[in-house]
Amino acid sequence: MSIKDMTKEKNWSGQKLVSTDYLLFEAPREKHFMTGSEVTKEAIKRCTVDASVSYPITPQSEAAHLIGELWAEGYVGMYFRGENEFGVMSEVAGCAMAGARTVTTTSGPGTLRAMENFPMWSGTRIPVQLILMARGINSPLTIQPDNLEVTFMLETGCMIWYAENVQELFDMIIAGFTVAEMPDVHVPIVTVVDGFFVSHTRESVMLPADDIALMPYDPYRAPLPPIDSEMPPGRFLRDPFVMKSNYISYATHASWQWEVRSAVDRSIPYARHFLKGLVHTSGDQDAEVVFVACGTASHQAKEANRELTKLGIKSKVVKLRTIRPFPHAELLEATKSAKYIFVPEFNIVGWLDKEVTQSLYGKSEAKIIGRPRVAGGMSMPVEAILHEVLEHINEEKGA
Amino acid sequence: MANLGPAYYAPYPVATYDGLLTPPEGKALLLTDIVDEEVAMREVARVMLTSENATIFPGPQVLYAWSDEAKKKATLIKEMSEVLNAKMIPMYDYRPKYPKIDPEVEINPNHPNLTIWHNNIKAAIFIGVHCHYANVALKIVRAETDCYTVGMCALSGHEDAMATIRDQHSEDLARFIEIAKEVKQELGK
Repeated sequence: MSIKDMTKEKNWSGQKLVSTDYLLFEAPREKHFMTGSEVTKEAIKRCTVDASVSYPITPQSEAAHLIGELWAEGYVGMYFRGENEFGVMSEVAGCAMAGARTVTTTSGPGTLRAMENFPMWSGTRIPVQLILMARGINSPLTIQPDNLEVTFMLETGCMIWYAENVQELFDMIIAGFTVAEMPDVHVPIVTVVDGFFVSHTRESVMLPADDIALMPYDPYRAPLPPIDSEMPPGRFLRDPFVMKSNYISYATHASWQWEVRSAVDRSIPYARHFLKGLVHTSGDQDAEVVFVACGTASHQAKEANRELTKLGIKSKVVKLRTIRPFPHAELLEATKSAKYIFVPEFNIVGWLDKEVTQSLYGKSEAKIIGRPRVAGGMSMPVEAILHEVLEHINEEKGA
Repeated sequence: MANLGPAYYAPYPVATYDGLLTPPEGKALLLTDIVDEEVAMREVARVMLTSENATIFPGPQVLYAWSDEAKKKATLIKEMSEVLNAKMIPMYDYRPKYPKIDPEVEINPNHPNLTIWHNNIKAAIFIGVHCHYANVALKIVRAETDCYTVGMCALSGHEDAMATIRDQHSEDLARFIEIAKEVKQELGK
């Protein structure tokens, strides 16, 4: 099978081409029991992916390996291994610049090794998808669940979506390609899950049949023509010395950076549609105790919500599905009843707490509490969340 | 944001910073308002016909594209310039020009303000420019000049233009020309 086997109705592997709406919302689904890595394979299988590059080192999630199997099975057009994470992310850029729908995965320190590439990706407006199975950064090396690396990704100009579970991961991967490839968006998408909690844990997931797949990527709708070595940004990838010369003005660099961020903002209406909202709320809508979280932390917050209900305390969980673009309007609306906002996180720096605090500054009178915060692979027991809530709402009595 | 006029020493933030996004399908963006396409077309025609040194900046997608649609568009753009009494200054490509641009013969996305300043252009239509370069140029133009910019886009539009009309194909350009002729007659131009 090759790209020459593609028709208007079927892709090269014989899957019927369907719209994103059909694939996400209309196609009949059946129940399966899968890990995050396995469901990544299932999502990629239905996305008419042209290319994937990987650097599968131990300990890794199985996702990159499983995408390799898809190549062997004829579903992914091209698959090869990079020399290291920097190489992988550079090669991914090359594939995307050549007009290929491209995906890769990474996590932890590998993300940082490849770091220079991420703002290059967004600056070159390539709609690559990076599936980030977060597992923290520190020495001694951790291979445990922790999402510290996300804080490094926040200002790269990439979209960042955060899936709570295996089902959301499947759906986000499909929606991610679609939104990233919109001509007025056309920036990379980083789809994050908490490693181990999601990548290695088997859960129920509803999947459409695997004989249908997304329409192929159309590079002729890209906001840039194919990049050559004389035209920015290609010129500067080739020849960094001219970046500060008089070839282009400082205003161009400023405008370019703003344009990348504008592109991320332009994804908002599309993300609202395909993700069914940038945030998801559950619990008592008028509660004074509100949890704002993403990923596995939102799952734990929902557990806390159930326990607090038993204690007669109303609470609400606001799960953020997108971090870039940050859902400012939705967060403000969802927290308008809040007296206390708790931001539980699986990292030591509290990057989401900072985001929430900054977003609500001057707009909300709620007390924002960046707790509980665990790191290094610790779990977040519901009791820890309850303890924080009771400490704050019963200031005199304590937990 | 997206109001007419230079922003001087605070040239940014850009339109999205104030929540302005590209218009939804079937609609246009006029300054900060989402309006019907025809409303925007009339206003664009009025501004072009009443502004000093109104100019059309055709880009590579209509200058070099090898398709019947590009040929049709190029012919229509020439007619559009005649109806709007507008000059044409092409954006030949996106390469930065060294040692400096000749602002009388071209505009370049890396320093579009030079062409607008030099020719004292008060209204301009960007058409056939790839979206990223149009956006980079439009942000600079809005920040540094008082030129009323119009983005006529075959895809999703440009929120940093003062007026943007999206999904503009040859049949839409033909419709715009007819509207411009009516406006021209109304204005007695």
